[in-house]
Order: sequence, then C-alpha cells, then structure tokens
Amino acid sequence: MATDHAPATWHHFDDLEHQQQTTLFGMWAFLATEVLIFGGMFTAYTVYRMQYSAAFEAASRHLNLWIGGINTLVLLTSSLTMVLAVHAARHGQRRATTTQLLLTAALGSVFLALKAVEYYLDYRDNLVPLYAFDPAEWSALNVRPQHVELFLIFYYCLTGLHAVHLIIGIAVVLVLAVFAHRDYFTKEFHSPVEAWGLYWHFIDVVWVFLLPLLYLIGSRAIVG
Amino acid sequence: MSTISAPFRPQSSVRQTPTAGENYVNAAYGTRSWLLTTDHKRIALLYLVSVSSMFIIGGLAATLIRLNLLTPNGAFMTADTYNKTFTAHGIIMVFYFLVPVIPSVLGNFLLPLMIGARDLAFPRLNLASWYIYMVGAAMILWVIFSGGIDTGWTFYTPFSSKASHTDVIPAMIAIAIAGFSSIFTGLNFIVTVHYLRAPGMTWFRLPLFVWSLYATSLILLLATPVLTVALFLVAVERIFGIGIFDPALGGDPVLFQHLFWFYSHPAVYIMVLPAMGIVSEVITCFARKNIFGYPFVVAASLGIAVVGFLVWAHHMFVAGQSVYAALVFSLLSYCVAIPSAIKVFNWTATLYRGSISFRTPMLYILGFIGLFTLGGLTGLFLAALGLNVHVHDTYFIIAHFHFIMVGGTVMAYMGGLHYWWPKITGKLYPESWGRISALLIFFGFLLTFLPQFVLGYLGMPRRYFAYPPEFQVLNVLSTAGASILAVGYALPLTYLIWSLRYGPDAGPNPWEATGLEWQTPSPPPTHNFAEIPVVDCGPYEYSGEEVPDHGH
Repeated sequence: MATDHAPATWHHFDDLEHQQQTTLFGMWAFLATEVLIFGGMFTAYTVYRMQYSAAFEAASRHLNLWIGGINTLVLLTSSLTMVLAVHAARHGQRRATTTQLLLTAALGSVFLALKAVEYYLDYRDNLVPLYAFDPAEWSALNVRPQHVELFLIFYYCLTGLHAVHLIIGIAVVLVLAVFAHRDYFTKEFHSPVEAWGLYWHFIDVVWVFLLPLLYLIGSRAIVG
Repeated sequence: MSTISAPFRPQSSVRQTPTAGENYVNAAYGTRSWLLTTDHKRIALLYLVSVSSMFIIGGLAATLIRLNLLTPNGAFMTADTYNKTFTAHGIIMVFYFLVPVIPSVLGNFLLPLMIGARDLAFPRLNLASWYIYMVGAAMILWVIFSGGIDTGWTFYTPFSSKASHTDVIPAMIAIAIAGFSSIFTGLNFIVTVHYLRAPGMTWFRLPLFVWSLYATSLILLLATPVLTVALFLVAVERIFGIGIFDPALGGDPVLFQHLFWFYSHPAVYIMVLPAMGIVSEVITCFARKNIFGYPFVVAASLGIAVVGFLVWAHHMFVAGQSVYAALVFSLLSYCVAIPSAIKVFNWTATLYRGSISFRTPMLYILGFIGLFTLGGLTGLFLAALGLNVHVHDTYFIIAHFHFIMVGGTVMAYMGGLHYWWPKITGKLYPESWGRISALLIFFGFLLTFLPQFVLGYLGMPRRYFAYPPEFQVLNVLSTAGASILAVGYALPLTYLIWSLRYGPDAGPNPWEATGLEWQTPSPPPTHNFAEIPVVDCGPYEYSGEEVPDHGH
C-alpha cells in the first residue's frame, strides 16, 4: 500500500480531511437507513393507534411515566456529554475526550438499568402479553384485551429495538474511550468520535419520538 | 497528479503496460488473499462466484417447476413439494440473485474504475457485506434443503404468520441478513460517488451506469429496512401469537402487504435500474455515438427511484384497499412508466445513424430493449384497475415480471458481463459462441414466456399445481422454451470459463470504448490507475469509427 501520506489514511483518499468527511457522510447515509427501520415500525404502530385509539390510550396510561420521564432526562444529558466529547476530540484534549466518552457510556447504562427496572415493574403490573396479562382487567375498562396486547407488543418491540441500538452505542463509545485514552485521536483525526456521536444523537432522537408515542397518548393526571 | 490529455479519445493515451505486468489477480495468491481482500475488484469476483451459484440453484428450481407443469396434474411432484419449489425459486432469484447481481458484481468492479477512484469509500465494509450475504445465503439454502418453506416469496399473512408449518422464521431471518448486505453495498456506492470522483469528474460527466447505480443505492438504503421490519413483525406474531396481522385478534393482514411492497416494489427498480445503466454504456459503444439526451437519462433514473416509492399498492388492487387509494396508485403507476419510456426513446435515438456493430454485448442489449419494452407495456395493462382484476394472480403477471426481471435485468447483466469480461479477466471470449448464446436466450425466453401471457389471459392462476387439460399445449410450449433458455445460459458458463485459460489477450481496450475503466490495463492493477486521471469531457465522446474486429 502506498505510504506517502499520514499513517491513518487509507490509500484511496487524498488526505486525512478527505477521509474524515467521507466517514461522516457514511454515517449520515447509515442513519437514513435507520430512520426507515424505525419509520416502518412507527407506521405499523400508527395504523393500530388510529384504529384502536381507546385501547391504546388506556394501555398507555398504565406505562410508568416517571421512569420514562427520568430516562428522557438521562438520555438527553448523555447527548450533551457526547457533544462535549466531540468538542474535546476536535481540540485534541485527550483527557477531556476520554472522560466525556465514559460519562456518555455511563448515562447510557443508567438508561438501560432504569429501563430494566421499568420492564420488571411492567411485568408486576400484568403488562406482559402471554406471561403476565389479565384480560378481565381490560374488559372492565371497556377495551378489547387483544387491542391492548397489540399496543404492548409494539411497546416492547420499539423500546427493545431502541435498547439494542443503545447497547451497541455504549459498546462502541467504550471502545472509543479506550482509543481516546491511548491518544489515538488528534486535532486532525477525530472522525470516529464525530461519526459515532451522530449515531448517539440519533438514538436520542428516536427516544424523543418514542416517549410521546408510547407514554403520552392517553391524557392522565400527572400527580397521582 | 498528471493530466491525461484526452482520456476519452480511444487508444490515444492508454498506458501501454504489458499484460504481463502486475494486476489485481496475480498481485497475491492463496485462499487467504481472497477471503481477506479489501480490493473491490476481488470482492466483485467473490460475489460473481456466489451469485452465479445461487442463479444455478434458482434455475434448477425453475427447471423442476416447468417440468412438473408438463402435465395437467403434475408430472412428478406432490402439490406440497411444488409449493416449496416455487417458493425456493422465488426467494433465491429475487433476494439472492436479481437484487445483488448487477450492483455487487459489475457495480463493485466498475464503480471505482469508472469514476477514477482507487477503491470504494469503505473497503472493509464492502468485504463485510459479502460475508453477510454468504451467511444469509447459507441460511436460506439450509432452510430450503432441510425441508423448504411453502409461503411463496411474498410471505403473505395470515398464511405465513399462522397457517404455515414450515421454517418461515429462519427463512425470514436469512432474507433480512441478505438485506443488510444490500444496505451496506448501497451505502458504500453513495458515499463513493459523492466523495471519490477523480478531478474533473463532475456529476454530469459521470457514466450513466454510475448514475443508475447511484439511484439504485438510494432505493437499497431507503427501502430495504422496511422489509426487515415487515419480516420482523411476522416473526414476532409467529413466536408470541399476538395478532399483529391476524384479523381475528384485531390485526390487519393488508398492513403486511403494504410494508412488504413498500420494499418489494422499489426492489423491482433495484433490479432494473442498474440494467438500464449497462444498456447506456453498451449501446453508446457499439453505436459509436454519444448518448442521446444525457440529462434526460439521468433524470429518468432518479425519477424512477423516486416515483418507484409511490406505486407499491398496485400489487394490492384486489386485497381490499379503498377504491380511492387504488385509483391514486393506478395513476402513479402510469406515471412511473414515463421515465422508463424516456430511456427507451433515448436509446433508440442513440442508435439512429450510429455505426452499429452487432457484437455479443450489443445483441444482449438489443434483446433487453425489446423484451423490456414488452414487459413495460404489459405493466401498463396491469396498472389499469379493471384489467388488473381480470388477470390478477394469473400467469399474465408471471409473464409480465419475468419479462422485466429475466428479459430485462438478466439480459442486461449478461450483456454487461460480456462487455466487461475482457476488462475483468484480460481475456476475449469466442465471439461466435457469444452471439449464439445471446440469440438462444432471446428466442428461448420468448418461447417460454409469451405462452404464459396467453395462459394468464385465459385464466390460469399463478402458483397452482394442477390446471385444466386445455391449457396443456401452451404449458408444453413454455417448458420447451425453458429448455432452450437453459442451453442459452449453460453456453456462456462454459465458454467464459474456457476463455480464462484459452482466450486471446484482450488488451486494455478491445472495444475502443471511452470510459475511464478502459484507460487502465486489463486486468486492472490493484490500485486501478498508475496515476489518477483528470477528466476533461463527457463519458461518451465517440468519434464514429467502428469497433475493431479481433479476427472474428
């Protein structure tokens, strides 16, 4: 391979800057695919949400808004630390980059932990179709239990798919932190942090859509 | 960086590197050097071998189908085996051959060469996408040979979600995996076209094959994930018994069809757009003329990619959607015919007063134009709401989409493979055998599928195991055509492999074509170009002199 350029540059790029731009554009293109993955799920969800609005709203009221709300806060904060990590990487600040990346991964993990608690509480509240579900409870509310099950399966599919993305994100951010710690990134070369930063914000944005779609569709008294 | 003064004037500035020089094939030896390569040309060859193998397996399934249809009650299969055979044929041909074939084989090899780049933007991702494809392919073959599935390639619910007792979930996972391979290839192409064009290679100097790959990649990127979601939801329903698509439990089976066709209709354009790109390359070379109306051909590619996203529900005219929706989708389906027609007119106008030579690639491409036009026109029949109801789910639709996919995509792929074979291998194939194969495939194809239009119009439903005796003559004709077709496909397989060892050396530019890929030795060196070329004119500056004859 030709070596008349910086060591991190692949042979088919003019220079490091060219390579970095390409990497970023690649991540944007990948996120376009991701939008359509979640978009397909959102579409299917919306069809049934329109059709069975009463059942969906009733089921939505049973979700744990407190944990959902706190998790929103946690995830939005993690986007802030991610931006700070990108900023630090751009300025070649090794320690700050490492710290902010670790903070980001930690906040992501807090989100997952809270989500796990929430799933457990859902299970305790009979909100798991097949395993813990009480049709009579819903019939009493004048909605068909099958429609509630539809809502719940979309709830688990959407939050589950989101969680899988987050797990991948945490793993990658941890790897980036190790690289940052070993002084791999420089003022001139930091596109991996930037590209995965985009990915991280995307996960965050997905959650910003999930919260209202799943938790906020049924009006409820906030206190109580 | 040096300027090649006139990169598109044939032979004037070709670097006359001796063919004994180092190239991408002889640069390294051993299995490892192939399985761990990041060279787009080697990955293209890996794809060539795998995709061709899938074509042969899918073709064998087609052979069994046609043989079984020789007699009204099935010649030798049970109805159940028949269902599994046509499902295997459909799944393999659509997801493992037609979708990847032109982008992953010819596109992979040529895209960087055509825009003057040294590789695709993400070489390791490119290799990964081949491995992902192989995992999906291995899995689907395992499903098919360990018992098969009987849902048809369309996986319609509620049959696929409730009734079928075959391995539906593994098959769907295999298809989703193959989908990710497509997504990564598309992503790589888009980024490459945006960022790795050679100096002077402006957007409107891009070869039309590159434009068509670009439009295809947009569809790959934006449509494939929706198929993944559709299949995922069917799997969830099968595992947990929640009625996502089950009307008895509040689900909507038509929603599955919407999600499925949101991918699978654009998938038709994934198959045919790159084929159209090949046509533009070959037809300019063998008519020795610039393409007629370059901007219109480009706009037509992008137009097909965009409008192709808006017509999916024309597959569902009898599925119970609202008549108003059907009306809109019918209209939009007529609209998508316009850019396709523009292309056909532009190719025809390119031929006008050209110095045409009927070499093998050109014969295939002319075959494409004829068959694609017929396929497209019958598509207009099907877009008409009333007529659609009459021929829905009959052999008419089978014939229609085989005209597009086999008469269109496969013809163009064969044309492209012959056109670039000297570039890929550095060898010439026997021209007369090439012409014979092109003619056999053309006429074999017509004999196979023209009777099916008649069968469908008379009312023979698709996917049926048995048929009334009065349909036998047409079915026998179709099977006879399929045998000619099989010989037509077996010939190139034989003489192309033969040419690897015994074919005469091709030289860098046997057709005296103008594209950048011809300005480098055949086979190209690992880094494609000794110096990155500087482009100063459009892609088809032909002077009108005829294609050289290599003693054939």
